[in-house]
Amino acid sequence: MEGFSNGDSGDVVLAIAQRIVENRGYLSDIDGLIGDGDHGVNMAKGFSLAAERLRGEARPLAASLAASLATLGDVLMTEIGGSMGPLYGVMFSGFAAALDGVEEIDAPAFERMLRSGLDEVQSIGGAKVGDKTLIDAFAPALQAFAAATAKHERFAAALDALIVAAEKGRDSTTNLVAKIGRASRLGERSRGVLDPGATSCAIILRAFAEGAKAKLGMSSSSTLSEAQP
Amino acid sequence: MQRFINDPDFVVDDTVRGFVKAHGDLVKLGDNPRVVAYALAPIRGKVGVVTGGGSGHEPAFIGYVGRNMLDAVAVGEIFSSPTAKSFHDAMKLADGGRGVVCLYGNYAGDNMNVKMAVKLAAKDGLEVATVVANDDVCSAPPDQREKRRGVAGEILMWKCGAAKAALGGSLHDVRAVAQRAIDNCRSIGVGLGPCTLPAVGHPNFAIEPGKMEVGIGHHGEPGVRVELLKTAAEVGRDMARAVLDDHGLAAGTEVAVLISGLGATPTNELYILNDAVDAEVRARGLRIARTYVGNFFTSLEMVGATLTIMALDAELKELLAVDVACPAPL
Repeated sequence: MEGFSNGDSGDVVLAIAQRIVENRGYLSDIDGLIGDGDHGVNMAKGFSLAAERLRGEARPLAASLAASLATLGDVLMTEIGGSMGPLYGVMFSGFAAALDGVEEIDAPAFERMLRSGLDEVQSIGGAKVGDKTLIDAFAPALQAFAAATAKHERFAAALDALIVAAEKGRDSTTNLVAKIGRASRLGERSRGVLDPGATSCAIILRAFAEGAKAKLGMSSSSTLSEAQP
Repeated sequence: MQRFINDPDFVVDDTVRGFVKAHGDLVKLGDNPRVVAYALAPIRGKVGVVTGGGSGHEPAFIGYVGRNMLDAVAVGEIFSSPTAKSFHDAMKLADGGRGVVCLYGNYAGDNMNVKMAVKLAAKDGLEVATVVANDDVCSAPPDQREKRRGVAGEILMWKCGAAKAALGGSLHDVRAVAQRAIDNCRSIGVGLGPCTLPAVGHPNFAIEPGKMEVGIGHHGEPGVRVELLKTAAEVGRDMARAVLDDHGLAAGTEVAVLISGLGATPTNELYILNDAVDAEVRARGLRIARTYVGNFFTSLEMVGATLTIMALDAELKELLAVDVACPAPL
C-alpha cells in the first residue's frame, strides 16, 4: 500500500498555512461582497500564528503531521474566533485525532482523516451541501477521493481527484443562495458570488493534497533507491 | 480615510489597553487580554452576567461592564466573534457561585463559540445559561425570528438581565428576564455610508450619493432595500413604522426607545430622528417611558442609525431604572 510517513510530514501544515497567508487579500475581497470582508484577515492571522508556533517548536520539520494538525486546530479554536476559528479549528483537530498513532498514512487513513474532519465541522456548524458554505468544497472532495480509492486508483490520482472536486465544489457556490451563516440574511442577493469559506477550504485542500503528493513522491523514490542494489 | 491607528493587526489590543487605562475605576483586564471584567468581579452570591462580540462597536460591548451591569465581556477581533476560550474565560471571571448567564447576539460565530465555551464551563462544573438576541426586524421575516440578528436591543437585554442579577435573581430568573427583554425588542438600521475595517483598508460596501440602505446590519450586512434618501422626518417615521408593524403592540403599551448612531452620524441628527420617531410612536397610542439617544452600539465609522423599541411591563420598567455605573452612556 502506498503511503507517506506521519512522523516527518508536519511541514505539510506549514505549506497550507503559507497558501492561506498568500491569499489574505483575495479571501477578504470576496468576503466583502457578501460578508464583512474579514475572512482573509482572520484566516491569515490564525494560520500565521499556528505556523509561528510550529516553527518555534524544538524540531519543527521533524514534527508529525498529526501533531502539527493538532497545533493548527488548537490555535484556530483558541485564538481566532469568528465562525471560521471554531469551524476550521474542529476540522483540523478532527484530522489530527484520526491520524493519531498512525505511522504510515495510506489512502484509507487519509480518507478516515478527511471524514473525521468533515464530521466535526458538520456537527458544530450544521451546514449541508448546497447551503453555500465550506461544506460545498469539502464534501465532494472527500467523495471524489473515496470514489477514486474504491476504484483502486493510485493514492496520488485520488489526491488529484480531491483537488478537482474541491475546486468544482467551490465554483458551484457562485450559483447558490446562502442558507446558513451571515450571508444567509441576504437571500437572493448572496447569489452570483463565491462563498469565502468554500474558497478557503478549496485552497486548504489543494495545499494539503499537493503536500501529500510531494511526500508520496519522496517516499516512492526513496523506496526505489533502496530497492536498487 | 485617515485614522488614529498603529498597526491594523493590533487595533483591538490597542483599543482595549487604552480603554482599561481610561476606566480603571470600573473595569479590569483578565489574565486573558481579550476579556474585560468589572473591577469587583466576581461578586459572591450574584449570578454572573457576561456577553461578548466583535470589536468596532464601541462603546459596546466592553463599555457596558460595570456596577449593576455586565460582569465580564469577551472581546473579539473587529466585527468577528471572540474565541470560545475568551467566552469561557469571561464566564469564569464572572462566576460568583450562582451560575452565569451569557447574553449575546445571533451571529454564526458567536453561536458556535458560546456553545463551545458553555461546554468548557460545564466541564469545570460551572452552569451557564444563554440568551441569544434577535431583535433586527429586517434580517428575517417574523416567522423566522430565530434567524434574526441581534443589534442594539442587546443593550436593553444586558441592562435588564444584569439588574435582575444585581437584585439577587436566580440564574433561572435572570435568564427569563433577559429573554423577555429581548423578545420585547424590535430594531431596524438605516445606513447612509459604509465603514472600513482597518486591516482590510477599503470600504466594505458602497452606498450611492442620495441613497440610503434600509435594514442594514451592524457589520454592513446589506439591508432589505436601497431607497432615495428622504428627510429625517420621513426616515424616522419609516423606521418607527417598520419596527412597530413587526411588534404589533396594543395601544397604551409603555415602551422604551433607543436610537443609536452607527459611528459617524452626528448626535444632533440622532435627535432629529428621535423627533419623528417619538411622534410616530405616540401617534399609535403608545406611551414612552424612557428614551435613549446617543452612540451606544456603533459600527466603526458607518454613517447611519438604528432604532430599537422595547415593550415594557412593570418589571422590565423597574429593571431599566436600576442605577448603574459603566463606561458607556446608559
